[in-house]
Amino acid sequence: MSLGDFFAMGGKAFYVWGAYGVTALLIIVEVLAVSARVRNARGAAESGGGSR
Amino acid sequence: MSAHSVNWFRFASPASFPPLARALVPWFAIPSALLAAAGLYLGLIVAPADAQQGEVYRIIFIHVAAAWMSMFIYMVMAFWSAVSLMFNARLAAMMAQALAPTGALFTFIALWTGSLWGKPAWGTYWAWDARMTSELILLFLYFGYLALRNAIADARRADRACSVLVLVGVVNIPVIYFSVQWWNTLHQGATVSLTAAPRMAAIMLTAMLLMTLAAWLYTIAISLVRVQAIVLERERSVSWTGPAEASQ
Repeated sequence: MSLGDFFAMGGKAFYVWGAYGVTALLIIVEVLAVSARVRNARGAAESGGGSR
Repeated sequence: MSAHSVNWFRFASPASFPPLARALVPWFAIPSALLAAAGLYLGLIVAPADAQQGEVYRIIFIHVAAAWMSMFIYMVMAFWSAVSLMFNARLAAMMAQALAPTGALFTFIALWTGSLWGKPAWGTYWAWDARMTSELILLFLYFGYLALRNAIADARRADRACSVLVLVGVVNIPVIYFSVQWWNTLHQGATVSLTAAPRMAAIMLTAMLLMTLAAWLYTIAISLVRVQAIVLERERSVSWTGPAEASQ
């Protein structure tokens, strides 16, 4: 199987890569969003924790 | 360290939970990535094309894993919601809260990949059959949970309302699972079940199980990160609005 055949997926590339691509994209977005959220929460806890 | 035993109840307190959760994350995240890589390699490269469907069946490796996770995460949320209501446990409600977005994500992925598989396999992206409709209702239950959380400012009141919502919605899970038996659905019956031999080649089954295990470990890892944020955000809002001793 060549690389071209692999990406062609027997003519069903739209369906197969549409499924895998969107799944990968959504998981990357979730990882980035959750990482940013916990970083913000830690930053806020450190800066505001002892002063009040 | 060995002179005294670990007080495990300490970890049930939200204040001391974030460091523990943080330490646990790599133990789930790294195996998840490795299993996903192995599953993708087996599923996309090693496994042969399907005799009837050709290459497009490869959607199964994410579709089934996502669909199983969509139901499993809901059941875990229902467990934490029940614990939260019975014992008035804050951390249990936060665990349910941490799982909800990922549950919604996997439900959407199951619907999305199923739709993209349905077109070449059945000739339609969508049909109002029992399996698909009940899975769509599951997505709306996750959205309803998240919307209800956002609508109630007091976190403890939101915990109770959301817990009740999750427990009422749990009736939908057996409906999804058994829909292919109870009704004459366009969706095929179970390919893998606990009671019968799997109706698929060993290599395909292995890839599917690897992807499912990867999704399972991913869910644990991402919710352990999210729950840290939830604990810290709630502590902060308590220290702003609560009594003086809460800020210490």
